[in-house]
Amino acid sequence: MTNEELKQHITAALPAAVFDETGEWLNVQVEANAWKHFAQWLRNGQLNMDYLFCLTCIDWSATPTGKNLLTMVYHFTSTSARHTIVVKVKLDRSKPEIETVSDIWRTAEFHEREVFELFGVQFLHHPDLRRLILTDDFEGYPLRKDFEDPVNMIKL
Amino acid sequence: MYRETQIINDSRKISSNGEDTGEGELVINVGPQHPATHGVLHLVITLQGETIQKVEPHLGYIHRSIEKMCESLSYRQFIYVTSRMDYLSSHINNHGCALCVEKGLQVEVPPRAQVIRVLMNELTRIASHELWWGAMAMDLGAFTPFFYAFRERETINDIMEETCGARLTMNYMVPGGVMFDIHPNFQKRVKDFIQLFRSKIDEYDDLVTGNIIFQNRTKGIGILSKEDAISYGCSGPVARGSGVHCDIRKLYPYEVYNKVEFDEILETAGDSFARYLVRVKELKQSVHIIEQLIDNIPEGDFQAKTKAVLKLPKGEFYSRIETARGEFGVYIVSEGATTPYRIKFRSPGFSNLSALDYMSRGHKIGDLMAIMGTLDLVIPDIDR
Repeated sequence: MTNEELKQHITAALPAAVFDETGEWLNVQVEANAWKHFAQWLRNGQLNMDYLFCLTCIDWSATPTGKNLLTMVYHFTSTSARHTIVVKVKLDRSKPEIETVSDIWRTAEFHEREVFELFGVQFLHHPDLRRLILTDDFEGYPLRKDFEDPVNMIKL
Repeated sequence: MYRETQIINDSRKISSNGEDTGEGELVINVGPQHPATHGVLHLVITLQGETIQKVEPHLGYIHRSIEKMCESLSYRQFIYVTSRMDYLSSHINNHGCALCVEKGLQVEVPPRAQVIRVLMNELTRIASHELWWGAMAMDLGAFTPFFYAFRERETINDIMEETCGARLTMNYMVPGGVMFDIHPNFQKRVKDFIQLFRSKIDEYDDLVTGNIIFQNRTKGIGILSKEDAISYGCSGPVARGSGVHCDIRKLYPYEVYNKVEFDEILETAGDSFARYLVRVKELKQSVHIIEQLIDNIPEGDFQAKTKAVLKLPKGEFYSRIETARGEFGVYIVSEGATTPYRIKFRSPGFSNLSALDYMSRGHKIGDLMAIMGTLDLVIPDIDR
């Protein structure tokens, strides 16, 4: 499907979606409270986005406009129709919470655990949300921009 | 209380008079220092008798937070860190990062560099698959294949050393091309190697593939269906063993992969033997690609002219590349500075590992090695 067709389908399913076509793929901005419903549609609707190949988070707090902003970024592709979209969900950095999608794409379970410990995002209704990489007594969220570790971090 | 202690306590069956009846589940630790995990991977396995109920991977023993490290390195420097992720296909990791930076800078790579890159990628793939083949057989109790595999792999390492100056962490790819031109001996030595290697692949088949003990231990073990492979985000030979058409070289060709002829190997059984077959057959395809290119390296520059200090425009860039283990993704978020604002490495091993629990449930503990072996896990790649 071309980007225009994708946009038509997505607007029909979620009129509030905001598009951005500056990058390589179509970017779709979704509100956090509409995310779970939209994710189910992405997987089971006409787009058939069955392959979640990248799930990550960006902390915008080092930029002038994003003082209190985290963005979840999901890269999807469809193994049957070969179209790719990027979905972004903005979160409140002081209390980041989002619904899990690990019941829709099972690869999300590990990726969400990683984001949980490195960014401090709470995934609601995740089956097993605990630390994967860091030790149990580790303090702070290392991939956030304000994380400081004077011993192990070397700034050039 | 440590979580492991808690799992052990929970699994005990306590009788009414407060004694351990010995009937409950048994929890054992595999790793972090276990020879079959080939690195520091820690698995907490819950057993009922000999049957696996659950496998819980515990990661992070060599987590270096490479993504955070890259945020303070320039676009030339960060590529070298990625050699330390998947150390068996460091060329391909470097290549993926270089591709992403080139995408941002919109640099055209000279034809000579493109061919050299593909040659190096395929040599790396052979070396990586060989190490896997030897180690896989060793996990299942056959020690000789390990030495057979290392004998040929050593030749590749020597070729790499001559051209790149290093045997494992080559750091040969730079944004815009490759760091130096190939060594004058390169073509001759690669051709000698290919000629030798052709005969060795059949030897591998005789030694392991056709072995009845090996087949009995891997056939029907760790079955992953096509739908599950997609849902778990598996890629590379793991997904292709389940019939998922996922070779990035075919789907999203980069460099000269759309000009060379090769087959994407697909198996449909989805068991350990199918994953084994995919990798062994890929060896032949890699040899085939090298044979087409080794006499046809175009003359010209080996590196495009780039500025001394690289600055990516504001935006987001994503590159996908096929490593020996699957799809490696580099996601760069740039704010227009000389260092990336955020960088994410989508490593193939991380997603492939997440399917391990599902694949091994219901199998005997001895089969776990046959399943883990065919996942081809490289732990630094998973931990990052």
